[in-house]
Parts: sequence; structure tokens; C-alpha cells
Amino acid sequence: MKLLNLELFYIIAGGFLLLVAGRIAFEPTAGKRVGSALFWGLLAVIFLAGKALPPVVVGYMVLLMVILAATKQLTGARRWEVTAEMRGAAAAKLQNWIFLPALLIPATAVVGTLFLSKLHVGAWWLLDSANLTVTSVCLGAVVAVGVGLRLTRAPLLTPVVEGSRLVQAVGWAIILPQLLAALGGVFAQAGVGPVVAELAARALPTQYPLGAVVAYCGGMALFTICMGNAFAAFPVITLGIGLPFIVQLHHGNPAIMAAIGMLSGYCGTLLTPMAANFNLVPAMLLELKDKNAVIKAQVPLALGILAANMIIMYFCVYRF
Amino acid sequence: MIKLIGILVVAVGFALRGNTLLVVLAAGISTGLAAGMSFNEIMTWFGKYFVENRYVTLTVLLMLPVVGLLERYGLRERAETLIQRAKAATAGRVLLFYTAVRQISVALGVNIGGHAAMVRPLVAPMAEGAAQARHGILSEKTTEAIRAHAAAAENTGNFFGEDTVFAVGAVYLIKGVLEAQGYPVSVWVLSFWGIPTALVAFGLMIWRTRVLDQRIARESKPPSTTEAER
Repeated sequence: MKLLNLELFYIIAGGFLLLVAGRIAFEPTAGKRVGSALFWGLLAVIFLAGKALPPVVVGYMVLLMVILAATKQLTGARRWEVTAEMRGAAAAKLQNWIFLPALLIPATAVVGTLFLSKLHVGAWWLLDSANLTVTSVCLGAVVAVGVGLRLTRAPLLTPVVEGSRLVQAVGWAIILPQLLAALGGVFAQAGVGPVVAELAARALPTQYPLGAVVAYCGGMALFTICMGNAFAAFPVITLGIGLPFIVQLHHGNPAIMAAIGMLSGYCGTLLTPMAANFNLVPAMLLELKDKNAVIKAQVPLALGILAANMIIMYFCVYRF
Repeated sequence: MIKLIGILVVAVGFALRGNTLLVVLAAGISTGLAAGMSFNEIMTWFGKYFVENRYVTLTVLLMLPVVGLLERYGLRERAETLIQRAKAATAGRVLLFYTAVRQISVALGVNIGGHAAMVRPLVAPMAEGAAQARHGILSEKTTEAIRAHAAAAENTGNFFGEDTVFAVGAVYLIKGVLEAQGYPVSVWVLSFWGIPTALVAFGLMIWRTRVLDQRIARESKPPSTTEAER
């Protein structure tokens, strides 16, 4: 039995979303209230009761959310309710104490990962060790809200009001990573991966050791660009290109191949809008005009690292 | 071959700048239909995986109330003020320092950071503040570039620290896949071979952050020279 498990934090997040939806629904001024409130309300229900609902019902709820977003039924970013001067004055008053809650989030992550994960009374564990990183970070966020409220003496609903401002700034893009993960599942069910691996293996000169390395690293990056997730690309490309050509045909070292292969996949992650949680959601969070600005900033890094990976792999994988 | 229609839908959809959610859903539906699933079956898979992957959205979602609250009480303004006192700070150096902290902490198995928890409330304002202290008011274009590079610093530090030193996350996936195929590997060997790439990534970050600093200096040059001439 785990006290602080994912389901608990899903309920907290669901409750927050429900308050966001309610706030939008009953706001006198905002336009497009119905669509917005419905969108966040549906997401709240999926967080609160996702496991209890039949998957097909959730599927149609997701379909409805996508239609709402695509037909522009969501309200846009909301304006600040306080002026920059008021924020500056608050900052001057609180001095560096304002950093305390913000730093509590990483601090809780450290303490949670290193110590709290070991706390248990019999079979009752404090943290869910299977999802340690996520639960520690979530615990940090909840602790930080409490400390933040005490520090600022803000009304209890302020985190909801201000959080709702940020939720609306990110908008529908917030569910994109989750929808992409679901797409990866559908692709896997339909058997897309093996087809890609077969095509890549046939198109590239894998009979040469260097050709095999380039095909494998490039394949990892390309398939990650298509899927948005290096973890999804790894088994497909490793079984389709890596093991048959680098290891079996050219007798390369599987551990070196796999370690550098995965990192080549990450180069693909830096380049694709499909990796929405790393590239598009941050653009929304940072309120960038160009939604692809993060990807553009990462292009030189990704190509440089990918080229280095091919070189490192070629000189090491057949040698050690 | 027909199963690849989903990838085609994604490519065309992104090229035509369709709503991204719609493009992704359409890619899933067309792939499912091409593989012979019924529409209800496709919706079932989407629903199942959407629920299973709620944790992907969870951390961003839970971070927003506290970040919103602290911003309301001047967190970003304070971060900017603080960094302006540090004489040696430049936007590039702030981001490079963050990349190093991120790489090392992730390598040690601790996930501090994130776009919602660190980049928006602290890292981006500090980088902007450092640039402002040196160059005065920044143009919108410059601000956008600094913020985009802040996100890039987070991603680079996160991805290329992960598979080193203390084996975490991805290393176990690699081990599992290889062992299922009859190739037993040690997680320590896998971690060790992540180190060269981690060093290359940091080296490239040094170059990128220098380029960023030069770009900031260049883009904010005209007003400062006229000021000197006066």
C-alpha cells in the first residue's frame, strides 16, 4: 500500500481542473465560456475518474475535446489581474523569501528520491516507488503551495486563480503530450514500427560497418521525430536495424550501440513538434510568439550531438 | 506500407499548420482504420492510453498553481533583480550554469528542474535579467531568443545527463529490450557509454550560449552606441 501514489495526485489535479472549469463557466466577462468550461471539465473528469470509466467513453471524450480545440471554442490567454508595480512591491516586501517555495520543489524531489522513498511501516510505504520521480515532484508542488500561501498570506483561492491564468495561457496544448503518448500506443497496436525499420534497413547501405552505424543512429533520430518519443523508437529501430546489422552482421558491442543509440533518439526529440512536452508546451509556457522557437534554438545542438554520436559509435562499437 | 499513412498525415498536417491535436487524432484514426480496426476500437485504444499516460500532464498541471501564486507575488521580478547584482552574469552564462546543474543532478538520479517548475519562474527571468543589466531594455526578438534558449538548456541538460553515472530511467528500458533478445548487458556499462555524448552536449552548449551572448550584444548595440555618442 502506498500512501502518496499517482491516483492521489490525479485527484488533486482533477480537483484543480474542476475549479478552473467552474471559474470560467461562472465568470461574467469571458467569451466562449461554454467551450472552455467543457474542455477543462472533461479533462477534470478524466483525471478524477479515468480509471473507472470505460476506455471507449474516455476515447469519445478526448474526441470531443479535440473538436472543441480545433473549432477554436477555447478562450485565449487571460490578462494579469495585478499590475507589474504591485508585483514589484510584493517582491520588495518578501525579498528573497519568495524563492523558498520555488526551491522547495527541487528540494522535495531530492529528499523524496533519496530518503522518503525508503520510509515504510510494514507494507505501508509513504511514496509510490514505482513512480518515484513523478510522485516526489508532485509532493514538492503541493508542499510549495502550502508554504507559498503561508508566506504570502494570500487568500486560499489565489493558487487556483493564478494557476487558472497559466492553464489558459498554455491552453489546449497541455493535453498534447498525453494525446501523443496515446497515438504512440495506437501506432504500436497497428504495427507501424516494424514497417519503418524494414524500410530504413532496405534503403541504407547497412552492409558496410559505417553504413550500419549511420542507419541506426539516423533511424533512431528520424523515427523519434515521427513518434515524438525515443522510448517508442528504441525497440523498433534496435530490433530492425541495430541488432541484425551492427551486432549480428558486423559483430559490434550491443551495450555501446544501445546506449549511444538511445541518445541519438534524444537528438530527434530536440527536433520534433511531436515531442510536445519538451518543445511546444514550453513555448506556450514562456509565451513565445513563434511556437517552433524552441526547436529552432535546438537545431544546431541536435545535429551536432547526432554527428558526434555517429563518430563515437563508429570508433567504439566495433572495437570494445 | 499503408500503415504508414499516420506518419504521412502528421507530416502533411504539420506542414499545413492544422490544429496539432486534430492532426494527431487524425493520424491515429487513419492508422487504425488502415490496420483494420473499427472506429470504436480506435477510440477504445485512444481512451485506454490517454488514461494510462495522465502522468505526462500531471507534473505540469500541479506546478501551475504554485508558480502562478509566486508570480503574483513578484517571483520573476525578484529573480531579475537578484541576477542584476551579479556582475559576471550574462544570459548565456546563466543558461550554461543551469545546463550543468541539470546534467549533474539528473546523472545523480534526482530530477530537479522542468519547464514549468524552473524555466518559466526562475531560469528565463534570470537570463533576461542578466541581459538587461548589461544591455538595457531588450527588444522582443531578443527576449524570445533568450527564452527559447532557456527551454533548450533545460532539454539538453535533462536528456544528456540522464543515462550517465547512476543508471536511471532509459537505461532500464535499454537493458530490458536487449535482454529480451538474448544480449545480457550491465546497467553500469550502458551508463558509462552515455558519458562521451554527455560531454559533447555540454561542449556544444558552451558554444551555443556564447553565440547567444554575442547575438544579444549585437541586437542591442545601436541604442547603446548612440547613447555613448551623446
